[in-house]
Amino acid sequence: MTGPVLEGRDIKRDYHVPGGLFGKARTVHAVKGVSFKVDKGKTLAIVGESGCGKSTLARIITLIDAATAGELLIDGNKVDIARDGLTPELRRKVQIVFQNPYGSLNPRQKIGDVLGEPLLINTAIPAAERRDLAMQMLKKVGLEEKHYNRYPHMFSGGQRQRIAIARALMLRPSLLVLDEPVSALDLSVQAQVLNLLADLQDEFELTYVFISHDLSVVRYIADEVMVMYFGEAVEYGPRDTVFGNPQHAYTKTLLAATPRADVESIRARIARKRAA
Amino acid sequence: MADESAADATAAEVPTGTPPHALAEFWYYFSVNKGAVAGLVVFSLLVLVAIFAPFLAPHSPYEQFRDALLTPPVWQEGGRPEFILGTDPVGRDMLSRLIFGARYSLFIGLVVVVFALVSGIILGVLAGYFRGWVDTAIMRVMDVILAFPSLLLALVLVAILGPGLFNAMLAIALVLQPHFARLTRAAVMSEKNREYVVSAKVAGAGHLRLMMITILPNCVAPLIVQATLSFSNAILEAAALGFLGMGAQPPTPEWGTMLASAREFILRAPWVVTFPGLAILITVLSINLIGDGLRDALDPKLKRS
Amino acid sequence: MPLLTVRNLTVSFDTLTGPFLAVKGIDLSIEEREVLAIVGESGSGKSVSMLAVMGLLPPTATVSADEMSFNGTDLLALDAAARRRIVGKDIAMIFQEPMASLNPCFTVGFQIEEVLRVHLGLDRAQRRARAIELLTLVGIPEPAERLGSYPHQMSGGQCQRVMIAIAIACKPKLLIADEPTTALDVTIQKQILDLLMRLQAENGMGLIMITHNMGVVAETADRVIVQYKGRKVEEADVLSLFEAPKSAYTRALLSALPENAVGDRLPTISDFMLKEAAAETLR
Repeated sequence: MTGPVLEGRDIKRDYHVPGGLFGKARTVHAVKGVSFKVDKGKTLAIVGESGCGKSTLARIITLIDAATAGELLIDGNKVDIARDGLTPELRRKVQIVFQNPYGSLNPRQKIGDVLGEPLLINTAIPAAERRDLAMQMLKKVGLEEKHYNRYPHMFSGGQRQRIAIARALMLRPSLLVLDEPVSALDLSVQAQVLNLLADLQDEFELTYVFISHDLSVVRYIADEVMVMYFGEAVEYGPRDTVFGNPQHAYTKTLLAATPRADVESIRARIARKRAA
Repeated sequence: MADESAADATAAEVPTGTPPHALAEFWYYFSVNKGAVAGLVVFSLLVLVAIFAPFLAPHSPYEQFRDALLTPPVWQEGGRPEFILGTDPVGRDMLSRLIFGARYSLFIGLVVVVFALVSGIILGVLAGYFRGWVDTAIMRVMDVILAFPSLLLALVLVAILGPGLFNAMLAIALVLQPHFARLTRAAVMSEKNREYVVSAKVAGAGHLRLMMITILPNCVAPLIVQATLSFSNAILEAAALGFLGMGAQPPTPEWGTMLASAREFILRAPWVVTFPGLAILITVLSINLIGDGLRDALDPKLKRS
Repeated sequence: MPLLTVRNLTVSFDTLTGPFLAVKGIDLSIEEREVLAIVGESGSGKSVSMLAVMGLLPPTATVSADEMSFNGTDLLALDAAARRRIVGKDIAMIFQEPMASLNPCFTVGFQIEEVLRVHLGLDRAQRRARAIELLTLVGIPEPAERLGSYPHQMSGGQCQRVMIAIAIACKPKLLIADEPTTALDVTIQKQILDLLMRLQAENGMGLIMITHNMGVVAETADRVIVQYKGRKVEEADVLSLFEAPKSAYTRALLSALPENAVGDRLPTISDFMLKEAAAETLR
């Protein structure tokens, strides 16, 4: 297959805040003309701090919200959900994993039903086969068959994130949007989930859009990096270029603010403290 | 990979221990409230009495003993052992009428709550899910209903529909329904923006599935509490309507109607009024106690660590 | 003499399924002017042990210790009222969620002045002057105007600065910071950490940083305690901890950092522990 799996051209998103009784209505520009391109099997990381529009962009790419302006192309075809609505075929192509593993699973739904739901809604696969597919996927993400009939509250954060990933993969999407998938997890569990994501990417030839505020995670997982600041993409390029030779002042600030855990920086800090 | 998940599993078990069964947990929190347990016992007895009324009642509730008009209870002077709680002005056995009355009261409570619950949930889910003009339209109508004193509104409705037990139940259900609609709307609004709902949307779920299968099951806890409290409310209002002659019609052994038909004897034969009143009091009290216990057990905000 | 000494601290919670041991016999001490970091993942008991020192645990918790003394005072022997006089004045604490730690109903100025009134008994004018001074100290621009603001009118970083101002209002000898920057963006995190380090140096406070972030540890601590499942697994000065970690768990934690990734895969804690266990049995 040639051409990018996902392409965005000058995507904009405005929110209208109604005025209410006092104050007047205003428009918030959450995303101000962002363009990007991701090839099959690659990972684009979108980095930024809270309020920079990265989650809004994630919702647009996942076809939850429509963009105010701009073009979104998936597998080379133009997609406009505001005009054409959303077809099941399109729905199957893009899926999302959310940040909070405690909020993204319905507390009253058994794991088996969580995994079976996308198939039930979008396909005509019979129940027995759905169950088999769900079991297979459970094992793929490192869980066991006995977990099929349990409720979400019986799982740890890391396990829930595995379930959320499994659900996203049930429809065999080509594009997976990961909205801060490891931010809420402990360091050791974070490593497990990142490894799992890498394995799944190889196995299913997945394309990832990885949204994060954590530069060390991004440096580890991304092929390309886009830095967003107040709705704009201030820096966009291959990982090594962005980290090795940042151009924009904000990227530099971001890199400088990330805590360093190497021995040399600790030595330098202690030396500074002694001197003071 | 298997090792990792095994480690995950142990990590999950250590902080929480084995999670207790949901029902066991519910009972743990419910049984802390001794009043609620007492209420549950009394209410269960009432249900049993209602079910086995024909076997428990010593006489038919309609049979008039012409030789025993206004017989006092057995412990008072002039009481007769076959009429333990005495008889009413036309010689019917009070105890039997009270026992059969339990059937009516519980039936009224059940029907009213089901009516109010179903219609309230549907309206509330629609309003909370779609917001906008649907919300405005539904909630303003609810506000109008709530603006009337409930008994007055029920009276007006019964006056229009004509007196009778069924119409009274319909009127009470309509009066109680806005509480359910409001509660459901609030719960749906807070659940609607949770990530699991967005996840279900991304999985392709349509509006109906999102409303009824994804969101609604997560809103039931406050509704159960409200339903219990409405149950007692319905019994009270039905009794009030019966007392005013707009509910169940004589000779039905409904507690409110019994009160009404005996009120002229309140000084001469106090037992004719006291016992139906006590029956209403005990029933309503026990159900309210259960409601409080349910609130403690089901409301996560009040849950202790 | 150490500022705070805790020996054999054990905390257990009564739960539905019986008592749950959150902290299992922890020893720790902190000197004056020292920055001690307590690191661990969720469930390691790092917050619980400090809340126990502060006496802020719910009644379902049972706290026991062989010794718990602050600045020469035995905390275990004090009654609740006497303990409260120390806690909040000489020991202060800041929390993870700055927005949730401030009362949304009152202005920032009122909340700062309340602390000054309760613990120091200053009069109105003195309180106001000191509040402005404190806000300046924590780097809030236009402090006099900011006194009238409500928490929702400020950003998360600014709220955390206000929390720090309240915490240092009575010039505490010890400040306990429980994940003070976890809810904040990286650039704000940097500012808050810098602020905490500056205040610590200027006021000569002891500072206990509770965190799960090895980067924060590396940037702030003099000495580090690593906790795992309610036990202390390692205690070392910061340089030797990062240079030559002694316990398997610390080694695993450090190697799970994405920036330390070797090749394509991150070594996970369980991989590491298994490998260590295998090596142990071979020996």
